[in-house]
Amino acid sequence: MADPEIKSYEPLHESRSAAVTESGPVRVTLTIVTLVFLGVFLLLPLIIVFKEAFAKGVGAYFESLSDADTRSAIRLTLLVAAISVPLNLVFGLSAAWAIAKFEFKGKAFLTTLIDLPFSVSPVISGLVYVLLFGAQGLLGAWLKAHGIQILFAVPGIVLATVFVTFPFVARELIPLMQEQGNGDEEAALSLGASGWQAFWYVTLPNVKWGLLYGMLLCNARAMGEFGAVSVVSGHIRGLTNTMPLHVEILYNEYNAVGAFAVASLLAGLALVTLVLKTLLEMRYGAELAATRGH
Amino acid sequence: MTTAPAQAGWRFRQPSVIPGFGLTLGFSLAYLTLIILIPLSGLIWRSAALGWADFWALATDPRTVRALQISFGTAFIAAAVNVLFGTLVAWVLVRYRFPGRRVVDAMVDLPFALPTAVAGIALTTLYAPTGWLGKLLMPLGIKVAYTPLGIVVALVFIGLPFVVRTVQPIMEEIDKEVEEAAATLGASRFQIITRVLLPGLAPAIITGFSLAFARGVGEYGSVIFIAGNLPYKSEIAPLLIVIRLEEYNYPAATAIAAIMLALSFAMLLVINLVQTWSRKRYG
Repeated sequence: MADPEIKSYEPLHESRSAAVTESGPVRVTLTIVTLVFLGVFLLLPLIIVFKEAFAKGVGAYFESLSDADTRSAIRLTLLVAAISVPLNLVFGLSAAWAIAKFEFKGKAFLTTLIDLPFSVSPVISGLVYVLLFGAQGLLGAWLKAHGIQILFAVPGIVLATVFVTFPFVARELIPLMQEQGNGDEEAALSLGASGWQAFWYVTLPNVKWGLLYGMLLCNARAMGEFGAVSVVSGHIRGLTNTMPLHVEILYNEYNAVGAFAVASLLAGLALVTLVLKTLLEMRYGAELAATRGH
Repeated sequence: MTTAPAQAGWRFRQPSVIPGFGLTLGFSLAYLTLIILIPLSGLIWRSAALGWADFWALATDPRTVRALQISFGTAFIAAAVNVLFGTLVAWVLVRYRFPGRRVVDAMVDLPFALPTAVAGIALTTLYAPTGWLGKLLMPLGIKVAYTPLGIVVALVFIGLPFVVRTVQPIMEEIDKEVEEAAATLGASRFQIITRVLLPGLAPAIITGFSLAFARGVGEYGSVIFIAGNLPYKSEIAPLLIVIRLEEYNYPAATAIAAIMLALSFAMLLVINLVQTWSRKRYG
């Protein structure tokens, strides 16, 4: 393999003889089919969002974004994400510490329970809170007597968002911390570090990229959640409307530019998320290896 | 890794010098119970409180049955389409080199990142009779928007990354030697793919299918815009839950949700069993 002249004829990644790859025309055909499929199913929807948002010009685009209800929807979405992501972050760290650092009975079952929200329909995630806190709900009468508003208000929206984004941070951290093992922490403890110090100076730096990765995905879902939030929000304009809900309202009012303008912000968020995610995977791929493909 | 000696008697956890077990496990369990377990058991409790006769009447309501059929049927078709194209996408990304491959690879995760409502209105605009794709399909007599086919299109969009991202890492791990060995023994390329490679990929493909299917069954945001939402025709079960809730018909909403949960878990259980079997058979 030392001869550079021979090497230059080989594909960059690895050598494959003709027997273990497809013929040239087949490769080209499969690649084209794949690209056309992805173009139609992924790229076109993305393009149409921006095309429709600017359909009546840049002026109309910014005008619809400066609408008071739109602004309050943006503020609410940011607020909800700012509350739910840190909550799930703390949970993710705590659950990963317990599950990855210790051997105990029922660990596999606990891990399964953490993933549970992913197999529940978002609508059901919202419904369970309506059944709990609604007027006919289990706690409805008590809440009403004490003047506490959870449903059709910010607390309900936060709860539903926390429910659907529950597993994101934990499921990134658990395999990562399991792979890293306990050696570093044990060394720190043997050198006299306290438990908190070991966590703060050893564990946290070790998992920071995985943590960021989980937060990124958690945040994207928190800002974009529709079904669960739709059920608990009550759709009060300017009050309990998040950005995805506002998109629906504007769209149903045949305000296409308005709907797609808000949608373009969310699509922009999705693109930023994808870029950051790809950068993290490229730079820290080895550290994230345990979590890739989950 | 701690290699604990065989313990005499039952022990909840293996001894460890790492502190914080009680705190982290306690907090995790409390949080899990408050956010997930209590609300979910509330749903089960409410549907149990309906009584068997009432529950059965709600469950066999024709509109409910039809909505469940539509949800599970379209999710199944979409997951099958995604198995086909998702495996192809993974194959092309892993095996072939072409300009822009990294960007294409990153793009596959778009459905994870794009809010479902945005996907919903974008797909509807594309496939509406006046839209870019709707216009092309109209002369062929294919109507996508406002039909069950539209639901399938939305669920294919939503489910694609689940299949690609479960199959791709397994494909990357396949040793070249396996294929070379098959080739030296005289297998054709087609035989190598169907007899050697696909069986090894089967467990991952089944996992991808089940993830895409489970997600599709519950999907709401992207579907309701494109489906047209005609009762008995293109009304999905999650939407019927929302409709019943808006009518303040809590028992009906609860019953549909309980059936959906039960069916989803039963399906996941079956798929898990198939997976264990295929792992034993081919793994």
